[in-house]
Amino acid sequence: MTEVDTLPPNTADPGTTAALSVDGLWKVFGPRADKVIGTPDAELPRPELLKKTGCVAAVKEVSFDVAPGEVFVVMGLSGSGKSTLVRCLTRLIEPTAGTVTIDGHDITNASDAQLRDLRRHHVSMVFQHFGLLPHRQVIDNVAYGLEIRGVSKAERRKKAGEIVDLVGLTGNEQSYPDQLSGGMQQRVGLARALAGDPSLLLFDEPFSALDPLIRRDMQNEVIRLQEDLQKTMVFITHDLQEALKLGDRILIMRDGAIVQVGTPADVVANPADDYVRDFVSDVPRSHVLTLRYVMREPRPDDSSEGPIMSPDTIVRQAARAALASDHVVRVVDNGELVGIVDDDAILRIVVAEESVSP
Amino acid sequence: MRTPRTSALLAAVALVSALALTACGGGDIENEDAAGGEECGTIDMAINPWVGYEASAHVVGYVAETKLGCTVNYKDLDEQVSWQGFGEGEVDVIIENWGHPELQKKYFESKGGDGSAMSAGPNGNEGIIGWYLPPWMAEEYPDITDWKNLNKYSELFQTPESGDKGTLYDGDPGFVTNDEALVKNLDLDYEVVFAGSENALIEGFRKAEENKTPYLGYFYEPQWFLSEVPLVKVELPEYTEGCDADPEEVACDYPLYTLDKIVATDFAESGSPGYELVENFKWTNEDQNEVAKMIASVGMDPEEAAQQWVEDNPDKVEAWLP
Amino acid sequence: MSSIATVRPKTHDTGALATLRARWRLVSLLAVVAMWVLVWAFTRGEQTLAIQASDRTDIHGWFLARTTAIENADNVVTSLLAALSSGMDATLLFLQHLFTVPEYPRPYPQIGWLGALAIASLAAYAVAGWRQVLVVAPSFLLFGLLGYYEDAMDLLIVTGVAVAVALLIGIPLGIWMGHSKIVAAVVTPVLDVMQTMPSFVYLLPFSILFGIGPAVAALVTLVYAMPPSVRVTAYAVRGVSTTTLEATDSLGQNRWQRLRHVELPMAKRTIIVGVNQTTMAALAMATIAAYVDGPGLGQPVLEGLRRGQLGKSFVAGLAIVIMAIMLDRTTTAASTRSDRVARGDRDTGRVRTVALVAGTVVTLAAVYLSNSYTWANQFPEGVNIGDPISTKVDDLADWLRSDLSAITTGVQETFTLYFLNPVQDLVANSPWFVAGLAILAIAWIVGGVRALGAAAVCLAGIYWLDLWNNAMITLTAVLVATVVVMILGLAVGVWMGRSQVVDRSVRPVLDAAQTMPPFVYLIPVLVLFDANRFTAMVAGIIYAAPVAIKLIADGVSGVSATTVEAAESAGSSRLQMITKVQLPMARGSILLAANQGLLYVLSMVVIGGMVGAGALGFDIVYGFRQANFAGKGLAAGITIVLIGIMLDRITTYGARRAQSPGRATVRRKRLSLSRAET
Ligand SMILES: Nc1ncnc2c1ncn2[C@@H]1O[C@H](COP(=O)(O)OP(=O)(O)O)[C@@H](O)[C@H]1O
Ligand SMILES: [Mg+2]
Repeated sequence: MTEVDTLPPNTADPGTTAALSVDGLWKVFGPRADKVIGTPDAELPRPELLKKTGCVAAVKEVSFDVAPGEVFVVMGLSGSGKSTLVRCLTRLIEPTAGTVTIDGHDITNASDAQLRDLRRHHVSMVFQHFGLLPHRQVIDNVAYGLEIRGVSKAERRKKAGEIVDLVGLTGNEQSYPDQLSGGMQQRVGLARALAGDPSLLLFDEPFSALDPLIRRDMQNEVIRLQEDLQKTMVFITHDLQEALKLGDRILIMRDGAIVQVGTPADVVANPADDYVRDFVSDVPRSHVLTLRYVMREPRPDDSSEGPIMSPDTIVRQAARAALASDHVVRVVDNGELVGIVDDDAILRIVVAEESVSP
Repeated sequence: MRTPRTSALLAAVALVSALALTACGGGDIENEDAAGGEECGTIDMAINPWVGYEASAHVVGYVAETKLGCTVNYKDLDEQVSWQGFGEGEVDVIIENWGHPELQKKYFESKGGDGSAMSAGPNGNEGIIGWYLPPWMAEEYPDITDWKNLNKYSELFQTPESGDKGTLYDGDPGFVTNDEALVKNLDLDYEVVFAGSENALIEGFRKAEENKTPYLGYFYEPQWFLSEVPLVKVELPEYTEGCDADPEEVACDYPLYTLDKIVATDFAESGSPGYELVENFKWTNEDQNEVAKMIASVGMDPEEAAQQWVEDNPDKVEAWLP
Repeated sequence: MSSIATVRPKTHDTGALATLRARWRLVSLLAVVAMWVLVWAFTRGEQTLAIQASDRTDIHGWFLARTTAIENADNVVTSLLAALSSGMDATLLFLQHLFTVPEYPRPYPQIGWLGALAIASLAAYAVAGWRQVLVVAPSFLLFGLLGYYEDAMDLLIVTGVAVAVALLIGIPLGIWMGHSKIVAAVVTPVLDVMQTMPSFVYLLPFSILFGIGPAVAALVTLVYAMPPSVRVTAYAVRGVSTTTLEATDSLGQNRWQRLRHVELPMAKRTIIVGVNQTTMAALAMATIAAYVDGPGLGQPVLEGLRRGQLGKSFVAGLAIVIMAIMLDRTTTAASTRSDRVARGDRDTGRVRTVALVAGTVVTLAAVYLSNSYTWANQFPEGVNIGDPISTKVDDLADWLRSDLSAITTGVQETFTLYFLNPVQDLVANSPWFVAGLAILAIAWIVGGVRALGAAAVCLAGIYWLDLWNNAMITLTAVLVATVVVMILGLAVGVWMGRSQVVDRSVRPVLDAAQTMPPFVYLIPVLVLFDANRFTAMVAGIIYAAPVAIKLIADGVSGVSATTVEAAESAGSSRLQMITKVQLPMARGSILLAANQGLLYVLSMVVIGGMVGAGALGFDIVYGFRQANFAGKGLAAGITIVLIGIMLDRITTYGARRAQSPGRATVRRKRLSLSRAET
């Protein structure tokens, strides 16, 4: 089968093209959902909206851009609308309003055929509960995406075999999903997503169902793959540790709306509100914060003999050298002294952490 | 893994061996040739649910099969359903028909029907329908055989099925009957209960005679059982022409039936020798009772009984042949 | 055990409030009955709307006129139906010429018993695995040994063709229904009614439309058998993991790929459970279709019933039971096998290919032999175990009825006089409006407003159809028999529910009992008792008991272990445990058992019209046998359906109330209607 339709032409200015751009996205579940948007009702808290209109606003007015090669994490408590958001990106769930642009192509107005083309060639997704085909061997699960594109059996098996090796499943090609552990099954899910060689990967809490140790392995796997393949990723999680570990940037959602978007350190250092503060309260700040967030303005009397460090150095990494030296650390960005970090500042973070963590 | 090549090979082997088998010929099954020289084909013979009917049907069937080389399919059907079968090619022959003017109107062309059926003349049997009692009752209560006295005895006939009325047993729901109307119109203190079949009636009468228990039931002749237990018929108000015209208002006895043969028009026009046989078939009540008794009382297969009778009565059979 | 085959109630509140509510309901029920008895005492026998078997009213005349109009009509619909019927006829005749009916001038059918046995064994191996060959081959031999080879083949042909067409229509419809809520909303109530309708009720309208003969038998069978496959397919499709669907959608599959590669393979196993249910339903209907001259084993059963040769019926019934077991085992095994194959068990490998090819060669040889040699074509008559069995059964029946008649008639008369007649007197001899009001009140108390509404509509219909009194008599028979079913169900069900050992030994018997067509149940009961109301009720009780027992057992064993433990630690005695904990908590299942019990008994009591059960069943039989009463027979058929719907609604809503958290269970029961515990 050949798909004649391709995506709409790339109309965006090539210089500023984001890999993914979301603008004013809404998803309201319920009867006459589209009538809710733009009315004062839309501002109501969820229970009241439900009571009044029978609708649930799962995603409210969400906008963000993701740069090519970026790992963009979406985080929030269960029910905050993360899954809905990520499904709206490829219209697995039809958005109620707003636009989604992927590689400059407008997704929201794409035809069914164009949408299939997008899903076959450009975007893949990894799911929390794997969603593997129980009646197919691993190799055929991985090859499924290629199969529905019409790739010949020999070719797709070859390609799938490569991907299976890439995700560390070598030797399990002939197994059936239920003969594998959870972690291995998710590797199959990952391989299936990678097999189509998409430019954008979506993950919906892919590791939440796994044991902590395996989860860590899988996170490292993603990091490794990201280094090798440089894909753009949107990664959903409710686990802050995971978000901080993987994310270049983090978007925090609450009741469908964006609360904060920023780098991990940003979020930890300057929580936008109590919701976020609560979230990040348990985080070992020394692991996340960079010197940029603990430095103070240089003063004329500061020693100039201390070690020089970049503002993006993580506090924990700086701690030993900083404490070992008798002098304060000078934070230098582009050859320019931007701040000073003294022992107190470092101890404040490290010690505070010790009293919190067990 | 199985490769396409091995599969193909094996399939080829299978095919070749099958062909080889077929080619080697042999076998002992050979085509029949029709005994009469002409092809008779098949006769679909309705079997209505009483033994006397079966006797007639199987005797005709047996003759058709052995003397004419026909294939006979016997189909257990109710009287009215059998009629329905004529138009659909399901039934060719009803060998013993009890009147049914309403069905004749529906299926006889001569009576304004769709023309799918026609009469093939009387079969020689005379039919009687009525209410019967076991002989011991007629002896014990001599006046019970007059319908006017039935109410006097109704208590005798009470059963759990009829409550505080007497029970009048009817046979198969498909049988020709006016009994409910009769009970109503003659003001009898009885309730009609369907025993369900000829056999149930026979069992009922037999037990009643054995145990000297009361039993009143619908019954009919020709009937082999009457030679085992000579049941006594109840006198109902005399039949007059047309007194049974309105089924709701009937208050008289059943008529005397001249039983006839009904055939599918298609069958009659097919030129089959089987049809001629059916048309010629004619025998007496005694003949039928003889065969019926072999079937029901002696417990012979209908075919065996028919065979025996045919062998014992070659002259009668000879007269039926085309 | 398949996930849909059992109904286990959720735990629910046994709080004081619920108990109070239940008690109040009981009190008001008793009050209604007491009132009814009181009013009845003064009005007994008035306005009962009783009519005799030979009475007809205007509405019956109206129906009769419609049937005549349909029979005489000549339009697109009738010619379409005629084409349908002749197409079916041709198909059946072709198969019959192959296997059972000789075609002149050949004296025997083309393929004889040896060939058929080989073909069936090969098919069993192909779809279900070699173990099933050990079930199928002996079954075929037994058909021959019992002396009913041809009838068995005829029954298989009718059943097979009907099932094939039913699946051809049912599975796509089920898929559609699984995909579209609208289609589901439209189709579900139709299926509900179809499944509430006793098999016997289907026959009359079909014989009016299509006449008699094999084609009608196959058509009525396929219509009767279709609902389970539709329902189960829809259920299976809806049950496909949404994550997997989403995941594969996200890869850009189109709808066809989704159906072909994801939905069908994942739903396959459950769909085959539906195939099993459809097959068993088809067998039941094809047997009873002997009534419209359908070929097969139903014929000798019916013949035996008519002639009082119960031995004959019994042997043919035995052959039906063997066929039921054979079909049930094979389709169940096919379901498990499809699962194994899907999961890549290695019986798809070379061994299987070789075996299949070898099997094909042997089969071809057998077909050839049976085509050419009499011994392989006609089952040898010398070896016959049917006749001795038949004689034994006849002797037994004689003995039971003569020497033991004191006991058998004693049982029958006692039950009839002291239990059945008084209840019937109350229900059927009350003025119609008194009985009607009482039923409405009971419906309301048991099932609430919705049950009240349903009952009102149904009763109005029954009134309108002018068969009120007969409806009440049938209703009585159903209620009384169901009471016995429930007593049996509670006794055995509680016993099973409390002991795994008992459960494991009794359940297979119940499963086997449920595979048997209802028609077959009449035979042994008739051996014991003559034809009358009682016989039909006993048959109904035996027929309905297994399903009721199973539901109650599941309900009792489904009571959470924690609750039982807690009650035990509070020092409950065994009796207290049963009456205060397990039964109240299982009351949803118990009402469900009552629901199924009522419907099963109803279908049997109606068939009982053939053996003296009277009332509505008899009206149908009469409608069959007396052309002028076809209209009344149809009205009786509709009345039966109305009774069925009414009882179903009342108990369904009642069950929902009793287990409010577990609403889904009630709907699910239709899936489990049966037969296919895997
Ligand atoms: N199909 C649906 N219909 C109605 N409400 C839904 C549907 N899917 C999700 N929701 C609601 O939308 C909200 C967001 O759900 P979801 O996106 O699954 O959150 P998360 O993935 O963050 O846990 C929840 O309140 C959920 O109940
Ligand atoms: Mg989620």
